[in-house]
Amino acid sequence: MWTLYKKEIRSFLGSLIAYIVMGVYLLLTGLFLWFVDGNNLFDLGVASLQVMFDISPFILIFLVSAITMRSISEEKRLGTLEIITTKPLTDRSIILSKFFASVSLIILTLLPTLFYVYAIYNLAQPVGNIDLGSTAGSYLGLILLAACYASIGLFSSAITDNQIVALITSMVISFFFYSVLSMLGDIDWLDQIGKSLSWFGLEYHFDSISRGVIDTRDVIFFLGFSSIFLGFTQLVFESRKW
Amino acid sequence: MSIKVNKLTKYYGKQTAVNSISFDIPSGEVVGFLGPNGAGKSTTMKMLTGYIPPSSGTGSICGIDIIENSIDVRKIVGYLPENNPLYLDMYVTEYLTFMAEISEVRNIKIAVEKAIETTQLQRERHKKIGQLSKGYRQRVGLAQALIHDPKVLILDEPTSGLDPIQVVEIRNVIKTLGADKTVLLSTHIMQEVEAMCDRVIIINKGNLAMDQSMKSLKKENSNLEQIFRKATNHVDTV
Repeated sequence: MWTLYKKEIRSFLGSLIAYIVMGVYLLLTGLFLWFVDGNNLFDLGVASLQVMFDISPFILIFLVSAITMRSISEEKRLGTLEIITTKPLTDRSIILSKFFASVSLIILTLLPTLFYVYAIYNLAQPVGNIDLGSTAGSYLGLILLAACYASIGLFSSAITDNQIVALITSMVISFFFYSVLSMLGDIDWLDQIGKSLSWFGLEYHFDSISRGVIDTRDVIFFLGFSSIFLGFTQLVFESRKW
Repeated sequence: MSIKVNKLTKYYGKQTAVNSISFDIPSGEVVGFLGPNGAGKSTTMKMLTGYIPPSSGTGSICGIDIIENSIDVRKIVGYLPENNPLYLDMYVTEYLTFMAEISEVRNIKIAVEKAIETTQLQRERHKKIGQLSKGYRQRVGLAQALIHDPKVLILDEPTSGLDPIQVVEIRNVIKTLGADKTVLLSTHIMQEVEAMCDRVIIINKGNLAMDQSMKSLKKENSNLEQIFRKATNHVDTV
């Protein structure tokens, strides 16, 4: 599995997609955090990365889908899936290595934003007046959220041999689970039903973990969510055998 | 017996792709696997290599069951799928090293060197696979199949789409390999079978149509093309 993981990472770094994803993420978060009028750090006057954590889930929907869109679909189209699935590897190890590679790439993308943390830490009055607990929680939340997106992305990539179809499917499913479900909670006449449905949404748990209190229930929700979609991926993967 | 197949059957939905075929191949034989397009050659090979499971029937390679111990079978089988799929953005050596690693080869460097030598890829080894011509890509595919020194080689149309010189070269490679390995190869070119194979298995519409050694065929004194047409019930119109 380690070999497959290395190969996935190498193929990410060898292709343009990885660099575009990293560039786009840093550019967008940088712009919104420091420059875009109305909502940036200086307008708000609060030393926190809240702006970045508010928009990141939406940027990541697109970026994670872009990372995962070709991981299985391309192998299906080229036929290389037939080669690796006839090597002494289990289907599960193939899927998991692709999953961990995608998550690693997102972590790599998030790393440079630690510079923002450093900058804001020093800008704060007095220096260091920043809620580090909440920031750390938000980072953890983003990584877990990206893991969920990655599992959705892999599933979408497994059901088609077309990258674009995979990209769009993945974005729609991710948006549904992040945003649509939590919007249901805001609809008055849905009342308790809406509230319960929003619990199944990713945003509910991301917000909760962002507060800086790492609740094991949220972590388990994210991990369980990823596992379910990875399970679906494996089902699709094995459907050739039916 | 190196490859043993017993009443192997595969349905795709209601369609029968392979219909209860049985054959035994002793180790060391080079067997030509013939049949018209859609006869079920590739499906049979996919079942033998563990890509898809059979609907019914059993098979074993070197005594290892292809369904129960699929992972163990894959360790001793080298497989070149139809159309030779490759990671085009990888370098030749990188690709072969990767293949050696996932095939659980012990001494990777030596295995890669040996595969490159056997398939005569020395001059292309530092190129990207995407830059190679079809003939060289075919060699990379072949090198991938034999990287872990498998006992059995299953090659699905290894010479399709190559120019006459490349065909002869690939053929020679396979012939050398056939000296100490069991080879099952499918092809449409009759001369190839005559040149390489010890035995011919013909299937038609999923059924076994013929299974004979090359020697006994040669005694019959008719050419292989006619035998093929007869076995697949093709009426000569010329």
